[in-house]
Formats: sequence, structure tokens, C-alpha cells
Amino acid sequence: MAEETRAQGATAETPSAPESHGPRPGGRGPRPGGGPGGPREGGRKYFRRKKVCKFCVERIENINYKDVRLLAQFVAESGKIVPRRLTGVCTPHQRRLSSAIKMARNIALLPFAGRAM
Amino acid sequence: MNRTYELMFIVRPDMAEEDLDKLISTLETAVSTTGGTVKSVERMGKRRLAYTVRRFHDGMYILLTVEGGGAVIHELERRLRVTEPVIKFLSVRIDEEQKRLDKIKAIRDARKKTSAAPAAAPEGGETTPAAV
Repeated sequence: MAEETRAQGATAETPSAPESHGPRPGGRGPRPGGGPGGPREGGRKYFRRKKVCKFCVERIENINYKDVRLLAQFVAESGKIVPRRLTGVCTPHQRRLSSAIKMARNIALLPFAGRAM
Repeated sequence: MNRTYELMFIVRPDMAEEDLDKLISTLETAVSTTGGTVKSVERMGKRRLAYTVRRFHDGMYILLTVEGGGAVIHELERRLRVTEPVIKFLSVRIDEEQKRLDKIKAIRDARKKTSAAPAAAPEGGETTPAAV
């Protein structure tokens, strides 16, 4: 009889276990949802969009010095390389980008900074 | 030593087509004598320079892909420096970068293949608790 009661207890526990687990994911659900809603950035009236790395999003791995059109997007009109904080490019890609831009400058595909044409 | 280099150089825009052909053929022979092989020669045509080089505003761009050791590049650079109509040149080693790109491509292809298989596994796991 004891075995049966144990078996019953075990069976009783097993259905309760999924039930107890059930509400937990449900409880977790609103929390991440409430997270972004919580900080409303009191004084800030404009919404700043999160910058993303163009190379990561479009999966461009080949940053070549010959691709002038691509590189020109990251060069200011004065010829300067646009900083990461303005373009949102991630560090590894900015590193490759800057070396590619420097190579392109060397072969007169892109202008050097501060040189008036 | 099997390395791949990319040699880009600019010749003056008023250079005759025949002279350019001659220049390229001499470079090709220089590569073969120093123990390298020319993989491709690409003429990118005339384009505007970003800044003036030796009072030129335009230039003919030529791209040479060469396989071989450092001696090949050394000889080519010496020749380009000496050749008067060449106004600028740049040599870049590309095999390591290519290796990196191939590696990334292989990883991405592998991920594409595996992404189809695990999609079925979680569904099977969800069905078992529902049956109990």
C-alpha cells in the first residue's frame, strides 16, 4: 500500500510540477516587457535610435580599399574618417575600415584630410 | 613561400595604349624571372584622382594580382619606382585576408545547414510534457 501511495504521490507531484513551472515563464514574461517601459527617460523629449554597425547588420566582412563607394560613406566631406560614435560601427570593423581608408588614400582613391582640392 | 599580392598602380593618363601594353608585359616577365606567377591583370580604366599627383588630376588604374615570395614584390616595386609614367603604386598582401574571409564563409555555411536540424528537436521536447 505504501508503494501505491508513493506512486500516487509521485504522480500527483508530476502534474503539479508543470503547473508550477507554467506560471513562472508567464511571470517572467511581463518583466522584460516592463523593463523597457520602466525607464521613460524623464527629461529627454526626443528618441535616439540605437545605432547599429552597418557591417554587422549587412554581414559585410570584406572591407576592401578598392570599394570606394562603401568607404566614402565613412569619410566626411573634409576627408576625415568619421568616428565610431557617429556612425555606430563596431570596434573590429572600424579598425578594418580605417586601415582600408588609409590604403585608399595612398592610391588616390580617397582624399587626405585637410587637403583642399 | 606562396603568397598572393595585389599590386595597384596608376600611370599618367596621356600614356599611349601600346606603351601601357609594353609596360605590363615587362612587369609580367619580371614576375616570372623572379619566380612568381601573374594571376590576373585588370585595367580599371581612367578615373579621377582624389588629389593631384605630379600635377595630374586623372590616372589610369591597373591592378595586378601576383603569386610568389617577397622577392617578386621587391623587384616589381623597384621597377615601378624607376618607370617614369607610373605616378603611384600600392602593393597589398591579400592571401591572409582571403583566408580569413573563407573561414567566415565556411562558418556561415555550416550554420545554415545546422539551423534546419535543431528546429525540429525543441518541438519534440515540448510535446512530451503535454502527454504526461
